[in-house]
Parts: sequence; structure tokens; C-alpha cells
Amino acid sequence: MNRSVYPFYFGLAALIVYSIFFVLPGVMGIFYSFTNWNSYSDEIRFIGFDNLAKIFSGEGRYLGFIYNTLVFTVSTVILKTALGLFFAMLLNDGIRAKGFHRVMLFMPSIVPMLVVGLIFKSILNPATGLLNESLRMIGLEVLTQKWLTDLGWAFKSIIAVDVWKGVGYIMIILLAGLQSIDKTYYEAAEIDGSNFWQKLIHITLPLIVPALVVTTVLNLLHGLKVFEAVYVLTNGGPGYATDVMYTAIFKEFSTGNYGMGTALSSVLFVVMTVIGYFVVRLMSREGDER
Amino acid sequence: MMNKTLLPALRNVFAWLLSAIMFIPLLLVVVNSFKTKAEANGMNMSLPSDFQWSNYSIVIAEGKLIRSFFNSLLYAGGATVGSILLAALAAYVFSRNRTKLNQLFYFYLIMGIAMPTNFVTLMKVMQWTQLVNTQLGIIVMLAASAIPFSVFLIYGFVGSVPRELDEAGIVDGCSPVRLFVSVVIPLLTPVLVTVAILNFMGAWSDFIHPLYFLNNSDKWPMTLAVYNFFGRFQVNWNLVTADIVLTTLPVIVIYLLGQRFIISGMTAGSVKG
Repeated sequence: MNRSVYPFYFGLAALIVYSIFFVLPGVMGIFYSFTNWNSYSDEIRFIGFDNLAKIFSGEGRYLGFIYNTLVFTVSTVILKTALGLFFAMLLNDGIRAKGFHRVMLFMPSIVPMLVVGLIFKSILNPATGLLNESLRMIGLEVLTQKWLTDLGWAFKSIIAVDVWKGVGYIMIILLAGLQSIDKTYYEAAEIDGSNFWQKLIHITLPLIVPALVVTTVLNLLHGLKVFEAVYVLTNGGPGYATDVMYTAIFKEFSTGNYGMGTALSSVLFVVMTVIGYFVVRLMSREGDER
Repeated sequence: MMNKTLLPALRNVFAWLLSAIMFIPLLLVVVNSFKTKAEANGMNMSLPSDFQWSNYSIVIAEGKLIRSFFNSLLYAGGATVGSILLAALAAYVFSRNRTKLNQLFYFYLIMGIAMPTNFVTLMKVMQWTQLVNTQLGIIVMLAASAIPFSVFLIYGFVGSVPRELDEAGIVDGCSPVRLFVSVVIPLLTPVLVTVAILNFMGAWSDFIHPLYFLNNSDKWPMTLAVYNFFGRFQVNWNLVTADIVLTTLPVIVIYLLGQRFIISGMTAGSVKG
């Protein structure tokens, strides 16, 4: 009966479109990683592990791109989670105009990353940007920096912009987690004379672990796939100091080194598909409890 | 005692400060979009001496924005309708008929939430399917990449719709297609609206697909047009900001109207467990 009422062909179109335009390029990429595919010749030659060796031997800049991607991911995961939790606790209760503040904090999350990049390109301009101007105005000239062109600051600035944009989203998820905690736990703890930190460590954190897992996964996936933030703010500069996987892939693609581009992409694909396996387990577990 | 009055006040001040940090960069853009070129040069928060509405008409004419606006609308609209239709059909049968095979297909679909796109080889696929540098191509790619998360959200919701309603439809002699269209779709409306808003906003903000796959400026969406405009008019921040406002306004409007749906979708499945 199930088979006739819920026919399999209903799911077929989604499976086909998704397979051809999403999964197939990823799987093909693994094959093309072992070739010298490029825009200068029509012939694609099998070159074995040359591309991968180049990436992991450290002779090119490729390890730097992987390193940057990891630094970006780890930093944004930590910063967004810590700040998001702090903001969520701040806006959970005992404050006026809660709804308004939530709308404001969430607003940057829906603005296209490209637009955010352009806005901050202006704000972080060393000569005329709002940040340095404000610092000068309040007499903190010493703190002004060449935010996007200084070797020591460029990548930190990109991370800060991404945190600015994404922290509201994480806050909203954690806020939902906080609101699901039964108030009586806190009342009981207060009767026992617990202080703020004891309540945070023994009640709040353990009870929002599921929400923290989700935000971490979201931040992790977002961080590994970062592209626009870097592309618009620095385009990988100064030099190649801020290049990440996706900007490096785009550069290889633009210069016609398709084999190398696809090899880099495949490294990301394999890593993220493994992460995906755990994501699926996590998400299907939650689906079943509904 | 001191703590009892000072702490809440401090918290309120801090909350306002935080909101300001989030909002000022956005306000900065709006303010500067009404200035003259000289005034906007500094990109500061001073108010324009006189509102230059002409910035907007210049940008619309110079940046081919009418065309880009309709391109964006076509891509975001097409991808939204396509992804929802395909995802709803798949999520519905996979959730209702949980055979081993269907479960496997469901897992396979939601794996895509984590998978990155390989744009280099996607180019090859686009060439094979004759979709490279076409508008349909962009729609198909955006729809395909939105399918995993859409399926995940709709699948979760289908589980909460009672099966008895399907059975009533069957008793009345509905075909599977009829059952889906007249009974199931109306019941799924809340989640479909959420998914529609999320997918539309995602597709509207998309920059990377057209960057890789569209070389003809007549087909550019707003994001690529604004980026290109920035490259050409970098010194005219009054025009660049006006362009940014026009690109961002649609998503802000949708956000303010559909806030409830957006937040329910974005937090779905994150608190239970």
C-alpha cells in the first residue's frame, strides 16, 4: 500500500538534479585531481599524485592556504560561539527592548556577504575609514591600523568582519536553547547559594550542549567554505597572506590550472564529506525524536 | 545593594551599544547614498547637506540595475520554486515510506548540507549539459545546492503531519499526485514558506555561481553587478552605497516581513535532541 500511495518517482527529480549538479562535480573532481587538466591544451593527461604532492609537500604556497582556512575556521567557531552565548544570555531576560536588540543583532546575518565586504572595505580604509576616523576622534590615534593591508592585521580583520556578520545568527540559535531550559533549575541553585559562574557551568552549559553542537557544526561548515569575505576584503593579499581554499581554487581556475584547482577542491570535498557523515547522524537523530 | 541597581542598567547600556555596533555599518551605507560625491568621500556618519536622490537614478542607469534586478529575481525565484518543489516531493515520500532504501536516499540528500561545491568540475558538467553561461544554468545550480537543507527541513515537518489525513484522501479516491497537491501541500504550507524565504534570500545573496559561470554582463544578478560597479566607480562612494542599498533592500524587506518564518527555519532541529 505504501508503495502505491507514496511512489518512489516523487523523489527521483530531486535525486537526479542533486546528483548531477552537486555530487557529480565533487566525485569527478577526485578523478581530475590526478590529471594535468588545464586551459592551454585539449589533451588531459594522467599525472598521478603530482598535484597532491605539490599541495602537501609545502614547496608551493598551498599548505599556507590550508593553514589559513583552518585558522579562520577555528577562530570563527570559538569567537562566534563565545560571543553568541554571551549575547544570548544578555538578551535572554531582565532587559528592556529585548525584541528590538534581537532584530538588530540578527540583521547583519541576512545582508549578502558581498555587500558586507564592500561596506567594511570602506570602514576599514586606513585614511578615510570610519574605524580609524573614530579612533582619531576619541584620541586613540595609536590604535589606528592599516587594517586590510598590514600583514599582521589583514587576516584578523577578515575574521572580525565574519564574526560581526555571523554572530547574530548563532545568538538566535543559542537563545532558543536557553529558553528551553526549565527556570526551576536556576531557582533551586539560588536556594543552594550558587553564584553566576556555578550556574553557568553546572546548569546552562550542560543543558545547551545540543544547541552548541549545532552552532559549532554550522560555523565549521561555514568557515571551511569561506570565499566572499576574503575575495572582497583583500582578495588574498597582501601577497598571498590571506588566501584560503576557495579563493585559491578560484585563482587556479581563473589562470586555467583546472587540475590544481580541482585537486584543492577535492581535498576540501573529502574532508567535508567525512564531516557530513557525522552531520547526517546528528541531524537524523534529531529528526527521529520529533 | 549597589549591584542590584547598577547591573541591570549596565546590561541595558551594553545591549544598546551592541545594537549600535551592528547597525551603524548598515546605516552608514544609507546615509552616504544620499550625499554628493565630495561629501561621501570620507564615508562618515555626518548627515547629507541635501538629499541627493539623483544618486539612485544615476546608479540605475549606469549599473544596468533594472536588468540585474530582474535577473536576480529570475534566479532567486526560479531556484526557490524549483528547489521547493523537488525537495517537498522527495521529503514527503522519504518521510512517509521509510524503507531501508528511502532512508539511504534521504541520508544521501542531506549529506549535501556539508559538501562543498567543486566549481571547477561543475564547469565541465555545465558544458556537457549545454547550460554554461545560461540563465537556466544558474537557476539549476542554485536549486541543486538548496535541495539538501530544504529536504531536511521539510522532512522533519512531514513527520509531524498526521498520516490519517493521507488515508482520508485515499479513501476518497485520490491519486498519489492529487493527494500530494490537494491534501499534503496545504498542510505543509508553514514549512514551505520558511524554506521559500530562506532559499530566496540565499539565492539573492549568491555571488560565487555567477562569478564562475556568467561572463555576459547582461545576465548578471545584482550581487555581481554591484561588485563590478564598485570596481568601476570606487571613488564615487555615494553611487556605490546607493547601489548597495538597492541590492540589499529586497532581503531586508523580506526579513522584516517574514522574521518569524526565518527564525523558525534557522533554529529548526537545533534545540531538540
